[in-house]
Amino acid sequence: MNYGRMRFVTGFLAIPVALYVIYVIAPYAQAFYIAFTDWRGVSASPRFVGTENFRRLAGDGIFWEAVGHNLLLLILMPLLTLVIALFFAFLLNAGGRGGTGGIWGSKFYRVVFFFPQVLAIAVVAVLFQQVFRPDRSGMLNAPLIALGLEPVGFLSDTDIAFWSILGVLVWQAVGFYVVLFSAGIASIPRDMFEAAAIDGAGGAQLFFRITLPLLWDTIQVGWVYLGIAALDVFAVVWVMTAEQGGPDHSTTVMAAEIYRNAFQYFKFGYASAMGVVLFFFTIGFAALALRLSRRERIEF
Amino acid sequence: MTQLSRRELLRSAVLAGVALPVLSACASPVSNGGASSAPAAGATSAANPLGFAADKPLEIWVFDGGFGDGYAKDIHEPLIKAKHPTLEIKHNATKEIAKTLQPRFAGGNPPEFINNSGANAMDFGALVQDGQLADLTPLYDAPSWDDPAVKVRDTIDPAAIAFGSYDGKPYVLNYANTVWGIWYSQKLFDDEGWQVPKTWAEFTALCETIKKAGKTAPFTYAGKHPFYIYEAILTLAAKIGGKDVLKNIDNLEDGAWKAEPVKQAATAFAELGAKYLLQGTAGLDHIQTQTAHNKGQVAMLPCGSWLENEQKDSTPADFGYAVFPLPDFGPSDALPYGTMHIQPGEEYIVPAKSGNPRAGLEYMRAMLSKEGAGKFMELVSTLTVVKGAGEGQTLKPGLKSASTALTAAGDNAVWFLFRKWYVDMHDEVAAASGQLMSGKLTVDEWMERAQKKADSIKSDSSVKKFTR
Repeated sequence: MNYGRMRFVTGFLAIPVALYVIYVIAPYAQAFYIAFTDWRGVSASPRFVGTENFRRLAGDGIFWEAVGHNLLLLILMPLLTLVIALFFAFLLNAGGRGGTGGIWGSKFYRVVFFFPQVLAIAVVAVLFQQVFRPDRSGMLNAPLIALGLEPVGFLSDTDIAFWSILGVLVWQAVGFYVVLFSAGIASIPRDMFEAAAIDGAGGAQLFFRITLPLLWDTIQVGWVYLGIAALDVFAVVWVMTAEQGGPDHSTTVMAAEIYRNAFQYFKFGYASAMGVVLFFFTIGFAALALRLSRRERIEF
Repeated sequence: MTQLSRRELLRSAVLAGVALPVLSACASPVSNGGASSAPAAGATSAANPLGFAADKPLEIWVFDGGFGDGYAKDIHEPLIKAKHPTLEIKHNATKEIAKTLQPRFAGGNPPEFINNSGANAMDFGALVQDGQLADLTPLYDAPSWDDPAVKVRDTIDPAAIAFGSYDGKPYVLNYANTVWGIWYSQKLFDDEGWQVPKTWAEFTALCETIKKAGKTAPFTYAGKHPFYIYEAILTLAAKIGGKDVLKNIDNLEDGAWKAEPVKQAATAFAELGAKYLLQGTAGLDHIQTQTAHNKGQVAMLPCGSWLENEQKDSTPADFGYAVFPLPDFGPSDALPYGTMHIQPGEEYIVPAKSGNPRAGLEYMRAMLSKEGAGKFMELVSTLTVVKGAGEGQTLKPGLKSASTALTAAGDNAVWFLFRKWYVDMHDEVAAASGQLMSGKLTVDEWMERAQKKADSIKSDSSVKKFTR
């Protein structure tokens, strides 16, 4: 490699690498260090406590409840979102009569589906707080109360709250993937659908034999994105739920527990230990996702 | 045009490695070590009894929350400025106390005076543990603003000093005073002919009457913030078993949460939760339940004396806020009728490592003057810890009712401090109490959860323990 080219490359990389090192790698390294101290955020000299934070973390029921919620979301949120988004994308692009166009009004629906994506996540959370309200002002509960039924505690019943969160997350994510998959389906040559339709394939066959295999790459990308999102979901939980992750920890996630322990209990050492655990979860997920998505690409 | 040699590249890499720790020092604490307590005084005089440095600025940070920051700008700062015209005052207000000021502590240059309040306040336990707060004893021993013959200590409610003390040393000034009780609308009670209940039996009978009438739900609380209900449970427990019940809980005594009075109080409220709550209470927050109260959808709710001010925009003109203490539970109650949970609040601190801590103390002295407290009370409609600050003021009905109840309670004032000392215990008890009220936890399970949390804090060596 000649020096001129090297300088060119260095020139381009220096700033992004420096920013990455300063704002991502260095704080990570620091978090690993803080995780072994009992730092409470204001002290000038944190005390080194070895692995005590991790030992306490192992016995922290609330944190493991949070981990459980994250894992459940990791499975359910991508699955539900992708299935629903695929279904809608198929209807919008290839679900019409003869398998060649979208269903009636598909252009309108395409815009409508994208609405949730435009809203800031905090807005979505506040919006759904109102939707789920358990009194006559709640969009879902008002009709129930009018019918003389007991209101459903969407966010106040510990057995239901988690599923309400999942519902909101899926609602928010679906629109984007409908658009993503629509683009994917649009890039599949039309004559494939036409040929299959002429051969007598029905809607279901078109979907499973043509759309799904040819869209597999896009779906995998979506799965990785959604998986990463499922390890976060902090904003929705923090803004929307009672007791921020409640009621009674029934909706809490790892990110919420880290935030709570760091910025409300001022146990920065302990929270950093949680962060370290989350770091390994994320790395593990990324490795798994990369391994699973190693697959031959279908050329067309 | 010079080529970048390998050596140069390596050298810059080394330089970058050296630069990193410097940069990361922004987030990590600066090691300047050493705890400090009472800030040293300069020369004292009659005009400057605390001996602050008049040539150094006084930086003030006020929490811009329910009280706003107008009281500091328009009342207290002019007050101190009038006495010390040369003192430079830097006024600041924020809603994010911890985010804004915590880095200043870690960096070793905190401001002189902080109103550490609101949901994003800094943890007092952590600050005290690290020797960051100035001891307020010199302030309390100084002559008061209004009368040099009387010490500041003697012009305020002793509970305020107790409340701001950690291991017997006062570090935090609690300026506002809050009294907790059950709130109702005088007009609604008069119209319906309901009487304020004096005993628990009368209370449940009243709930039954209200429920039967069908127009109004008997009782509610801020379901999304179950602190509002565990507050009432603990106050009732103290009334049944005496002040030591709460003291034992604060001191993390073994089995404190399993004491009989705690069990009786929790059982009583669990019954209330099962029978008399406003529909959907568990999913409503304080504003929603209080607004339902204003609309006459519910008759009673537990709250602190800021309620009237908080609801001033949605309260009908003739609503007539009034408060009553928790009723007598039984004839063997340890504390008499009229026992109230009082909670001096709205915390102010002087960071020990600030440039001019004595000026922060002088500012507090100005706040504790009759003029400072009286105008504050009038402006933000709250009780203060300064004795007689409300004299000659015309108070709104709710504030008047609370003020009367506070005076009537006298020495029968109870309080607990674990909420401030161990925030995670507060959260756990709140979470469990919400479940107790909605019937998902039995009283025994509730006690078990709270006790378990108390035990785990007791055995956690990284948390500093406090006693009272």
